[in-house]
Amino acid sequence: ESCPSIKNILLLDSEGNRVAVKYYSDEWPNNSVKEAFEKSLFTKTQKTNARTEDYVFNEVGGRVIPWIEPGRVSNEDLNTTEIAMFESHIIVYKFVQDLHFFVTGAENENELILVTVLQGFFDAVGLLLRGTVDKKEALENLDLILLCLDEIVDGGIILETDANVIAGKVASHSIDAAAPLSEQTISQALATAREHLARSLLK
Amino acid sequence: MGLRRMVYVIIKELSPSADEVIIVTSSLMKDMTSKTDMYRANAIRVLCRITDGTLLTQIERYLKQAIVDKNPVVASAALVSGIHLLQTNPEIVKRWSNEVQEAVQSRAALVQFHALALLHQIRQNDRLAVNKLVSSLTRGSVRSPLAQCLLIRYTSQVIRESTNDTQTGDRPFYDFLEGCLRHKAEMVIFEAARAITELNGVTSRELTPAITVLQLFLSSSKPVLRFAAVRTLNKVAMSHPTAVTNCNIDMESLISDQNRSIATLAITTLLKTGNESSVDRLMKQITNFMSDIADEFKIVVVDAIRSLCLKFPLKHRSLMNFLSNILREEGGFEYKKAIVDSIVILIRDIPEAKESGLLHLCEFIEDCEFTYLSTQILHFLGIEGPKTSDPSKYIRYIYNRVHLENATVRAGAVSTLAKFGAMVDGLKPRIFVLLRRCLFDNDDEVRDRATLYLNTLGGDGAVVETDEGVKEFLFGSLDVPLVNLENSLKNYDPSEKAFDINSVPKDVKIQPLAEKKATSKKPTGLGAPPPGPPSTVDAYEKLLSSIPEFASFGKLFKSSAPVELTEAETEYAVNVVKHIFDGHVVFQYNCSNTIPEQLLENVTVIVDASEAEEFAEVYSKPLRQLPYDSPGQTFVAFEKPEGVSAVGKFSNMLRFIVKEVDPSTGEVEDDGVEDEYQLEDLELVAADYMLKVGVSNFRNAWESMGVDFEHVDEYGLGPRDSLAEAVNAVINLLGMQPCEGTEVVPPNSRSHTCLLSGVYIGNVKVLVRLQFGLDGPKDVAMKLAVRSEDETVSDAIHEIVASG
Repeated sequence: ESCPSIKNILLLDSEGNRVAVKYYSDEWPNNSVKEAFEKSLFTKTQKTNARTEDYVFNEVGGRVIPWIEPGRVSNEDLNTTEIAMFESHIIVYKFVQDLHFFVTGAENENELILVTVLQGFFDAVGLLLRGTVDKKEALENLDLILLCLDEIVDGGIILETDANVIAGKVASHSIDAAAPLSEQTISQALATAREHLARSLLK
Repeated sequence: MGLRRMVYVIIKELSPSADEVIIVTSSLMKDMTSKTDMYRANAIRVLCRITDGTLLTQIERYLKQAIVDKNPVVASAALVSGIHLLQTNPEIVKRWSNEVQEAVQSRAALVQFHALALLHQIRQNDRLAVNKLVSSLTRGSVRSPLAQCLLIRYTSQVIRESTNDTQTGDRPFYDFLEGCLRHKAEMVIFEAARAITELNGVTSRELTPAITVLQLFLSSSKPVLRFAAVRTLNKVAMSHPTAVTNCNIDMESLISDQNRSIATLAITTLLKTGNESSVDRLMKQITNFMSDIADEFKIVVVDAIRSLCLKFPLKHRSLMNFLSNILREEGGFEYKKAIVDSIVILIRDIPEAKESGLLHLCEFIEDCEFTYLSTQILHFLGIEGPKTSDPSKYIRYIYNRVHLENATVRAGAVSTLAKFGAMVDGLKPRIFVLLRRCLFDNDDEVRDRATLYLNTLGGDGAVVETDEGVKEFLFGSLDVPLVNLENSLKNYDPSEKAFDINSVPKDVKIQPLAEKKATSKKPTGLGAPPPGPPSTVDAYEKLLSSIPEFASFGKLFKSSAPVELTEAETEYAVNVVKHIFDGHVVFQYNCSNTIPEQLLENVTVIVDASEAEEFAEVYSKPLRQLPYDSPGQTFVAFEKPEGVSAVGKFSNMLRFIVKEVDPSTGEVEDDGVEDEYQLEDLELVAADYMLKVGVSNFRNAWESMGVDFEHVDEYGLGPRDSLAEAVNAVINLLGMQPCEGTEVVPPNSRSHTCLLSGVYIGNVKVLVRLQFGLDGPKDVAMKLAVRSEDETVSDAIHEIVASG
């Protein structure tokens, strides 16, 4: 199999518990095995410095984008994507606030490809949660996170890596003007309201 | 909308089969043709996950359209689904080649990536097609970095499979790979660099641009780049250490990297590429580093240091010092054991290091918290210490153990003292004094041992030659297996008659050393129990020794693996194990009866040895009963000329009395009928006289074997299927153990050297070097060099090959 393949994507909280996970490989046949993997992976990576302190989101023209001031170093360099070998897999990971993002690949995978997936996921979540990337927001918008996971990797094959495109595929529905308000969930309705408000403020 | 999408996700998770969800599929099929692109894309993905062959043919038309759809999301969805479907319905997916081909030309970056992946999968068995695909794309434009990475991987595959001799100029497509080193995207640069380093038989010239790029990554601010680069360079260092030396400076700065994986990889790479002059400096840096990392990393470093020391034996002093220092620091059992094992191996393989190594070990046991390690070291000291120039040095250390440690260690120390006393006559008086003091120890075992040794060594402490018997007692292995002894002792009832050790089933334990090959991580260090299948060997020995007629045959040299003498699914299944003794062979026939309605009695095997003239049958042990589904054994023993590895062919006939059995009641009829059953022939070949015993350092063993009994000759093996096949055939013919991973023949090689070692009957160590070469397209030529401790054996090996 020469095609780059992803084994799992994990989103854990600050204690190593699951927020949203998706596995694409049979190496973890049942739930207890998966949870054991998540726990020990979390413990191992706890101490490292993969935290992002200065990551900035900003709202521009009704859309939320990662903000890069001209002349400043890119956000990429500010926050650290860390990497480790664990149980003969390669894991790349990043932490922000109380959320921990992990992407796992095979031992001989191109590490940089794993990083693009991680970065795509990370940035897309940032866009979808409108800049407030923490556990509470994630749980309240779990549907968006799950859809996001669905749009990044399909059965282990990378589907999309550009965060804007991913977020666009997920979020376009929430602000679909055609759908009557009653069809949307409460959070989506609130999100729609927020959007409208923001737009009107900027006008 | 979001709800619909969530439903899609759920359906994919649950993955029902197509016939369970007809309603769902029909609505999905409607979505597949809807105007909304997102619906189409996701409906396709879901459908393809739950589809079966028939449904697939129905929707095939839509899928083909989707592949070339304007909307890239839809196209990607169809393509990716195609990749998955290729596993289950390959014939259907292959029909979409044309559409996929078109998609490869798409301007949308990821569509090209997915199309390329699918097309390659479809065509992957057609080497020419893949070649064409790669050729056209390397000249054309590839839009996404992911697609470029794929292309690099396929290009490497094409290069691997091309049968060009690399002598004739540059490899095909090398220029393309080298060009990718200048791509914008880091993932492409890295993929290309890695691909170059993994080329078969890559030359230094080809490696240089790749290594330059990797070197730049080493100093990147991003941990992922540093990690990827150092990991790749680590692998290159194994085969081309000189190519990596330019990076040494950058690597040294990585020793203090925050990411410990990176730091460890950097250190181990430096250890592989270091030359003699840099060793000292390296050791200094590593000393600081060791305290920072976890035990699992430390063990990796210790292994690398050991390899380094074996590579530069002259540096043993500083490396040994280093090992000794880290031994003194904090660490877990596995870690300390790894260090001790390394020191032991260095002592064994580098004679100049013996004295300092033993001293280091002595210093260690003064402060060792692990009883296991202390006792093993004491045992080792007992064997090696007396052979040194000044054994008395070690006495103090050993004797101190008697005072200061726990009972197990004290007992071990007493044994060690005795060994010194036995081997070094000059020390006897002092040893006696020390042993006498041990008589007052608290612990039973210690006192018992002291008493025992005092008596065996001769109680007056005079400086006399130790009786050979005593030496044998102290140093020889126990004549009977411990398990048997234990069992016999348990069964012994204390009575007038003393316990007779001769009554213990006497089979000398063969130590099939079978050390792991040098390529594996842990060569045996201290007191490693013989690995391999000791249970089978023991079982055979027990079995054979329980038969009185075989007791006089002596030591069992080798038992072969079972050889089937019947085909599968026959009424009676028989396989044979060939047991080789010095002057006899015993065939153990394992028989099974698969017919419930029959009971076989008095089962024997009639062996026709007319094609094995040197053998004479001496005994046949019948199997009394062979009921259904209860396997049993029958034996036939042959005498053969001693010391000669006689070969021959034996034809076999199973003879028995068969009685009818009523399967429901288990009743057996009284009358039986004599019958016979033909079995296949069995052959005794030269390889049966060879024990597979490996050596960890072939070169040392080869040099120390000496040329006295060397025999070298060349043979033409004629046309063979492949070099690998020829190599395997010879290895099997000789029945020897391949060393240092040399049984693996790299693909597309034109020559290969294979190193074999073994022990021949008569306990003669044999080493073989085979050099194979492809002479023309198919013919294989072979040069065989044999060294052994006995000339006849060397000649015998050549005989085997000449006649094989």
